Amino acid sequence: MKKIAALLTLITLAFSCSSDDDNQPNNVPQNVNATFNFSHNWDGISVTSTNFNTIQYINANGEEMSIEKLRHLISNVTFHKSNGETIVIDGYNLIDVTNDSGLVYAPDIDIPTGSYENVSFTFGFNNDDNYNNNYPDLNSASWNVPDMMGGGYHYMQLEGKFINDADVEIGYAYHTIRAVNLTNAPDLLFQDTFFIVDLGAVNVSNNISFNIEMNIAEWFKNPNQWNLNILNNMLMPNFDAQVMMYENGQNAFSLGSISQ
Amino acid sequence: MKNKPFHIIYILCFILSSCSNETTDSYVPYSATPQPIDIPTLFEENIISPVIPTNNPQTVEGIALGKKLFFDPILSADNTQACASCHAPQNAFTDSTRFSIGIDGIAGNRNSMPLFNLAWNYDENFFWDGRVFSLEHQAIEPVTNPVEMHNTWEMVISRLQQSNEYPDLFQAAFGGVTITKELATKAMAQFERTLISANSKFDRFSLGQATLTTEEQNGLNVFMDETKGDCFHCHGNPNNPLWTDNIFHNNGLDATFTDLGLGEISGDPADNGKFKSPSLRNLAFTAPYMHDGRFNTLDEVINHYSEGLQDSPTIDPLMKKVDEGGVHLSPQDKSDLKAFLLSLSDPSFINNPDFQIP
Repeated sequence: MKKIAALLTLITLAFSCSSDDDNQPNNVPQNVNATFNFSHNWDGISVTSTNFNTIQYINANGEEMSIEKLRHLISNVTFHKSNGETIVIDGYNLIDVTNDSGLVYAPDIDIPTGSYENVSFTFGFNNDDNYNNNYPDLNSASWNVPDMMGGGYHYMQLEGKFINDADVEIGYAYHTIRAVNLTNAPDLLFQDTFFIVDLGAVNVSNNISFNIEMNIAEWFKNPNQWNLNILNNMLMPNFDAQVMMYENGQNAFSLGSISQ
Repeated sequence: MKNKPFHIIYILCFILSSCSNETTDSYVPYSATPQPIDIPTLFEENIISPVIPTNNPQTVEGIALGKKLFFDPILSADNTQACASCHAPQNAFTDSTRFSIGIDGIAGNRNSMPLFNLAWNYDENFFWDGRVFSLEHQAIEPVTNPVEMHNTWEMVISRLQQSNEYPDLFQAAFGGVTITKELATKAMAQFERTLISANSKFDRFSLGQATLTTEEQNGLNVFMDETKGDCFHCHGNPNNPLWTDNIFHNNGLDATFTDLGLGEISGDPADNGKFKSPSLRNLAFTAPYMHDGRFNTLDEVINHYSEGLQDSPTIDPLMKKVDEGGVHLSPQDKSDLKAFLLSLSDPSFINNPDFQIP
């Protein structure tokens, strides 16, 4: 009878609906999940959708301004090993601060535990991803760039109001795309404006969360002090403005913290 | 033998722990005939799937019931007005008058919204001011609105129950259930989700089946040019063939507001004067234009954006050169823009026999 009981116990265990786990004998998982949390600030002061629609920020050029819309896209999060190997999360995430969506990006991919000399992501799309794919979700979000400007997708849409030099409140639309010179259209000249954001080295030992911050003020600050009186709208076809945005964006992102 | 209870417990545990998906319930709920939405190729290729509530799947019987209800004046207090009275098929399911007149001869204060491609309203905010979530809930309000059908749902349900036809139609659509307003509006929502427009000249152009005129092509360029029309940020583009973002904007119609629009619903002053971007499809059939039907022609609409913008605290940042009234399009650009906009109209939609009065 003891043998029968033991056999039933084994069968019960074998057929139980427990999920497998990847734990190694020493309790260190082989693979973990990575989550990327995006937050936004204005020179250190938190910015969420609840702060929108009120003139309350002062940019480097001294213009008082508000934010009414903020959406931006990141893609190709990459884990870099010291031996040159990379793990690329082949995907993208549209962060929509206006509607509080996409603020947490949890790609469905296993990341092996271990040491990485860098973790990075692309602000916007690289050219291959920008032009060679049709993304229904981004189309549905009207994220497209007109074909007459080369097509592809926006990288960021930042909109709001500012007080101009005549003390009048007017709108701005700070949209970033791949810089395109339309002077000789339909022969278009491009300059890449996507960029890689490096988050630095990390030792991954468990499920890990990266808290990534964007300082919105940086888009107006360094190295180009942005004058909204001159550059406030119709910036998509403005090649020079796009290059300046690209330059200013280099300092906009930082790694706030890591938790695991 | 003394171990027998112990073994029985193990056997029971084994049975309970097995990963079976089988059910022991032999009850089979009523199921009407599925009729999934026929998604146009252009939509399938370019935008995400339509919103179909899991608790209201499209069925042959549900759609038929919804269509009958949509065209039936039984919904109104005096049996004179149906949904179709203000949402006429020949007008792409809007009204040709600025304000629709209710059964008591009272006019509303908004232009009737056209009805098509509603299943692709991903946020599911309906009406010009987004005051109702979901198509099922949208259909509830006009029945009781005092300036529309001015009825009660109790009266409607009573009439439907006493009808010679409706009990069987509800039975066929939803099984042996009591007629309710929820089921009535579910059926109407099913019908409304079949109102799909995707066969305009521009749609055929996008599919490689038609050629645009020089004027239409230039008009598309005006539409997509941020320094000219810049219509695409709110009204879609060839890759978003809904031709709307279904989002709420203040497009510079007024300096002060008599109708707060979204602001009335949200209570947020930052939303004052914002109304939903309508689709630009079927403009040939949907005059007059804007939430209050103030413009009778497309020329007036284009002139508004070109030189008629009115500043206000909530005007959308995408409205340019507001202090000059707009970007001042050339007469040629205006004409071409109009030609392009008309290429988005779909005569096969308004003539679709499936959408006519039964």
